[in-house]
Amino acid sequence: MRQTIAITLNGSPRRFDVDVRQSLMEVLREQAGTLSVKQGCGVGECGACTVLIDDAPVDSCIYLAVWADGRAVRTTEGECRDGQLSPVQQAFVEEGAVQCGICTPGFVMAATALTERRPGEPLDRDAIRRGLAGNLCRCTGYATIVTAVEKCICREEE
Amino acid sequence: MAIGKNVPRVDAVAKVTGRARYTDDYHMPGMLHAGYVRSTIAHGRVTRIDTAQAAALPGVEAVYTFEDVPQTLFATAGHPYSLDPAHMDVADRLLLTGHVRYHGDEVAVVVARDRLTLQAAIAKVAVEYEPYPVMVEGAAALAEGAFEIHAGSRNRIGESRYQTGQDVDAALAAAPIRIESHYRSRIVQHCHIENHIALAYMDDLDQITIISSTQIPHIARRIVGEALGLPWGQIRVIKPYIGGGFGAKQDVVLEPMVAWLTRRLDGRPVQIDLSREECMIGTRIRHPFDIALRAGADEEGRLLAMDLDVISNSGAYASHGHSVAAAGGAKMRSLYPNAQVRYHAQTVYANIPAAGAMRAYGSPQVLFAVECAVEEAARRCGMDPLAFRLKNVVRPGDKDGLTGKPFLSCGLVECLEKGRALIGWDEKRAALAGGQDGPIRRGLGVACFSYASGTFPVCLEIAGARIILNQDGSVHVQVGATEIGQGSDTVVAQMAAETLGIPYEKVHVVSTQDTDVAPFDTGAYASRQAYVVSNAVKRAAEELKEKILAQAQYMTGIDSAALDLQGGAVVYVEAPERRVMLLGDLALASYYDKEHGGGQLTADVSLKTRTNAPTFGCTFVEVEVDIPLCRITIREICNVHDSGRILHPIMAAGQVQGGAAMGIGAALYEELLVDAESGWIYNNNLLDYKFPTPVDIPEIGWAFVETTEPTSGYGNKSLGEPPIISPPAAIRNALWDATGVKIDTLPLTPHRLFRHFKKAGLI
Ligand code: FES
Ligand code: FES
Repeated sequence: MRQTIAITLNGSPRRFDVDVRQSLMEVLREQAGTLSVKQGCGVGECGACTVLIDDAPVDSCIYLAVWADGRAVRTTEGECRDGQLSPVQQAFVEEGAVQCGICTPGFVMAATALTERRPGEPLDRDAIRRGLAGNLCRCTGYATIVTAVEKCICREEE
Repeated sequence: MAIGKNVPRVDAVAKVTGRARYTDDYHMPGMLHAGYVRSTIAHGRVTRIDTAQAAALPGVEAVYTFEDVPQTLFATAGHPYSLDPAHMDVADRLLLTGHVRYHGDEVAVVVARDRLTLQAAIAKVAVEYEPYPVMVEGAAALAEGAFEIHAGSRNRIGESRYQTGQDVDAALAAAPIRIESHYRSRIVQHCHIENHIALAYMDDLDQITIISSTQIPHIARRIVGEALGLPWGQIRVIKPYIGGGFGAKQDVVLEPMVAWLTRRLDGRPVQIDLSREECMIGTRIRHPFDIALRAGADEEGRLLAMDLDVISNSGAYASHGHSVAAAGGAKMRSLYPNAQVRYHAQTVYANIPAAGAMRAYGSPQVLFAVECAVEEAARRCGMDPLAFRLKNVVRPGDKDGLTGKPFLSCGLVECLEKGRALIGWDEKRAALAGGQDGPIRRGLGVACFSYASGTFPVCLEIAGARIILNQDGSVHVQVGATEIGQGSDTVVAQMAAETLGIPYEKVHVVSTQDTDVAPFDTGAYASRQAYVVSNAVKRAAEELKEKILAQAQYMTGIDSAALDLQGGAVVYVEAPERRVMLLGDLALASYYDKEHGGGQLTADVSLKTRTNAPTFGCTFVEVEVDIPLCRITIREICNVHDSGRILHPIMAAGQVQGGAAMGIGAALYEELLVDAESGWIYNNNLLDYKFPTPVDIPEIGWAFVETTEPTSGYGNKSLGEPPIISPPAAIRNALWDATGVKIDTLPLTPHRLFRHFKKAGLI
């Protein structure tokens, strides 16, 4: 069975004709062309496919595309505007939080949600770690990712 | 000057914006999806296979079984080709098999127009088996008369031994302190976040193009040729960005199958994209080792001799074969060169997934045993384990016990001293000296490692670099060395900028390797790349610089010997502040001047490296053990490395933290569980096989002792793999320090701790 869904993708209104069995990840990758959405497991274990739905982080591989109807979806593509990296992206670059990079878009989105959620509220490294606990990275050992997020939060406070 | 600076990583922006393309991002119109039918038992023979129902499903293009594939056995290991027949890899694979050897072996392949149809069709292939005896442990496979997993093999893949010194037995017999123990490591899986994936298509009747998530594109090309009986030149392998490999992609896994399928299907694009569950059993694992170790020391704390007897379990297929056990033994030798060593290892088949290369290639297993035994020797002498190590570890001028070659750069003693200060070893030890008896106890541990910077002299070490001067004065660098996350493209750019004398931003490294155009290099493994590529890039940059200065002489009449290239401009050697011309102007003239000029200035170098620099380092750790909960918490941990000159401090720290985190995972959490009787695998997914999440990894400290390695282009030595080696032994030694309980098997899970604590009467 197919259904048409309307979503706001990275700020633009879009319509997609989807198989109701398809995940949002599949539609984003195969129809929308937002290839930043990566797949590491397809079953909600790794967070590589993290996108923001109405600004909340979600594993798009276990989120049906039809559920996104009428909602706002953000992917990593939309975070860089007019050739300017977002503060989170910039911090990831500066702190060496990127190695193979396959987990990076998912972490960027999870970290974006974390830094946006309660602006101005200080988060220590442990709280950042808990906030990112749904995302796996096999390369970095996480320290540089935590530092990048810490830096964004500090910058916001300034 | 770019070396040693934290220049922006060349691929960081591509990756944080999600624009970096990985294999799965190369979609082609009409691309077909293929997937394996996997065995539901660990050992047996297919007696009946019925594909009719699957083939009849709308959207299914083809179903092939083990009866349809070429019957040429091939080897899959990502080793360089060997001209010596005795050193060739074991050819024991077919594209599909009727004799299944592990739970998940590949008996058929289905090709469909979309993924949903593919999954439905795979489930409809009916297979019946005659079961064979299942042997999960190496010892069972070695038993007299054991069923042969590969006919004619006696379940043995390889065996090797070496000995240094005069008489290990005599030294052990005479040693006042003798240690004898058995050390085991269990199955660890790489868990790179990008699962194995490959796509193949044909543009004409002969050439096959494969896009693959591989660490070794040039080797993959050769092996596909061998597997399909095709000339190697007809195969083209393209390696885009890859989402981690850690050795599992230093093996040819999917490429021969997608190549074979596209040929069968009129050159149409065919992709195989493994699921996480398949990737964890159907690719490669780390070899579990069983090591019987005897060691001897004297009362003054001198390590006299070590005798290791190793069984390395390679699982269902040989893959890297005996090389892993042999390499682990060889690289260990540099650590305590003044002790006599006898090393004997056997590699065997068993009914578990095929083992292959994994970060540090045998060294984590061997050095776990060595550093546990050394700890025991120290304690039995009544010595501080750190003092014992300081007394025995390698120092500059010591010689390799087998080759007699001296160690040129070697900063292990300094590493140990630095770690001692960083963790506050002496103060913490003094504080713990009074003993502890509560339920929560603390302990300190240390462990060392030695490693190498490549595979020479066992294998060929070859690297290629091509540097092209563009019209605008920037350069493009092509290397055969592959970026797999470790940062190799960035250090290549640094090297080129440094030697050419142009700004780092003017260097563009071509990240994708395409075997049709990329210089030859065997790829990312053995922590070889920055070491072997350094000499190739340096030489290419020097040659290009010479051509540039010759062009400058041509244009200006000034003797090129009086000129230099600095900051992207031709300057006077004697007066570098005086600019002769900008490189961009020189390049334009070289390209376009109708009468004169050298054209496109290019240097193209292929270089064999015939040295191999040992690297060293150590881990210090303080743990807290909750005895009733059987849980280890790391309070503080740091790795200290001698990796020669550090090319890029932030990326180097990233390698250390990432590698140490993997080591912590292997020490405390990770084990692929195989049922001892049936060979079934219980936890091939990321929920049940728990590799550490952000909350499981403590803050990891790091430090470097910078030495300058004379055999490498920029003084650097290996760093990618080593950080994983020493954390497990250090943690195990700290657990012993805290509780008095020594455990010789990894991982140190609560389950295992419970059994040992119970036996020791702690709970
Ligand atoms: S791919 Fe969605 S959580 Fe792993
Ligand atoms: S950077 Fe490779 S998985 Fe995170």
